[in-house]
Amino acid sequence: MRTRPATRVAQYVAVCCYLVFLAFPLFWLISSSLKSPQEFASVTPSILPKHPDLSNFTDALEEQGLVRSMLNSLQISVATTVLVLIVSLPVAYALARFRSRLRPITNGWILVSQVFPVILIVIPLFMILRPLHLTNTIPGVVIVYMVWSMPFALWMLQGYVSAVPRELEEAASVDGASRVRTIVLIVMPLLRPGLIATAMFTFISAWNEFFFALVLLQDPDLKTLPLVLARFVGAEGQVQFGPLAAASVLATVPSLVFFAFLQRRLTSGLLSGAVKG
Amino acid sequence: MSTDALRARASNRRDRPGGGRPKQNREAIFLFLPALLPVLLLSVYPLLRGIALGFTDARAGLNVDTNFIWFGNFGKLLHNDLFWDSFRIGLIWTLSVTILQFVAALGLALLLNTNLKFRGVARTLALIPWAMPPVVVAIMWRLLLHPTNGPVNEILQNLHLTDHPINFLGDFSTALPAVIVVGIWVGMPMTTVTLLAGLQGIDRSLYEAAAVDGASAWHQFWSITLPQLRTVIVAITSLDMIWNFNSFGLVYVLTAGGPGGKTMLPMLFAYNEAFRYGNFGMAAAMGDVMVVIIIVFLGFYLRNRLRSEA
Repeated sequence: MRTRPATRVAQYVAVCCYLVFLAFPLFWLISSSLKSPQEFASVTPSILPKHPDLSNFTDALEEQGLVRSMLNSLQISVATTVLVLIVSLPVAYALARFRSRLRPITNGWILVSQVFPVILIVIPLFMILRPLHLTNTIPGVVIVYMVWSMPFALWMLQGYVSAVPRELEEAASVDGASRVRTIVLIVMPLLRPGLIATAMFTFISAWNEFFFALVLLQDPDLKTLPLVLARFVGAEGQVQFGPLAAASVLATVPSLVFFAFLQRRLTSGLLSGAVKG
Repeated sequence: MSTDALRARASNRRDRPGGGRPKQNREAIFLFLPALLPVLLLSVYPLLRGIALGFTDARAGLNVDTNFIWFGNFGKLLHNDLFWDSFRIGLIWTLSVTILQFVAALGLALLLNTNLKFRGVARTLALIPWAMPPVVVAIMWRLLLHPTNGPVNEILQNLHLTDHPINFLGDFSTALPAVIVVGIWVGMPMTTVTLLAGLQGIDRSLYEAAAVDGASAWHQFWSITLPQLRTVIVAITSLDMIWNFNSFGLVYVLTAGGPGGKTMLPMLFAYNEAFRYGNFGMAAAMGDVMVVIIIVFLGFYLRNRLRSEA
């Protein structure tokens, strides 16, 4: 369709406004992380740091709690991702391939788990995990994350499995391959992009999660990165902007890297889940 | 996928009524098994227990008696003005964020759906807020809106829109609007991406036919784009509404409900009730009220949408 030049210009201006609104905050955060304390003290903040250096990052990393919390977050996110994939893949396969009675039940559960406010869940969770000695432990948080990341993982994986042509599996079974063999040799390789996208998404949601961690982890040595960052802010007044901004940038890096990878894939995954679900 | 294939699939489905063949059911159960125990123990059971907890006087602590008190908590909530305030704030927050987010996202999605240059770059940049941890988003906006060091105040003063720095997050009149802007910022990418996917699914020939008939761009938008997008719009706005109503981390770190409870969303209120004051039963009762409100709200919304479709 032909577009008039005036409309074209207006479109570019509008896109620029959107991008400034969406990207400027992150830009400012990164710029702040490179500024010296003197620059924060000045009355007129400048957009770019005058003498950019990495001292805020080294300062932030010298805080014992921060490095420790990063390791905690990493451990929790990796364990959650692995478990979610192991447990969800068979379920997603069954949901996409079998017309079983469990299908509507599972989809109902996926929906309900989105609607319910977490406050209703977290109190009983706390009461269940306490006698099992799993409150205030990393395994406790991991199994909670696993169960609560599953709805979204299932939603995505279901779409990816449906996208694998059923005929391929039928051909394999005609050739005498067992169901398990078919899944491992035919379905899994085709699912790899979908599995990677789901894994990244699960990792990020565990890495970013705040509420369950806030309630379930009290031990300072076990706190995750978001908890430690939130505590930095809590001490308003003597808060040091530079190291805080640096730590925030570090916390965002994994998410940004992953999303740069999977942004296109995620869109199609969401949509196929929506259409086939 | 062609409509023929869809129809074939639908009739295929009709061939196996009532939950499928027994063999398939058995196989499915086998595949469900590893997931079943954790989901039952840590999701289904806590959900039911959480609902029931609202009807008890459960408190934090190891050896506290818990009694079933029927609607006692709800009776107390009825006379709790702070609770009603919190719900009012929650509704203002949910509706403003959802509606403004949708309008802004639709605009961006329409722009990204045209053949602009740098569209790919724009699309990736537009996803930034999505990728960030909510806690970091909150910290970042606190830096941006800071009364003395923040660029927002600096810009406003340079434009002579204000002569004194505004403490956006600390002032009674600006706290809620400021938090709403951050909420829009966070939720826009998801909504944009979903709407964009919907836009790309619209058949181009509809527009070509309309252009031949001489329909203006505005007219095409109203009579083709919006109706074609309806299901996507209903789905994403419903989800946004639920997510916004239940949101916690962002505002907890931005304002912790302050100043003076002006941004005390229902989730924050319930959280304080449970983990600051130890009133588990009361907090669960608030959660129950939130569930009922969400369901009633969605029920109304979806019914109206579906009716206008019929």
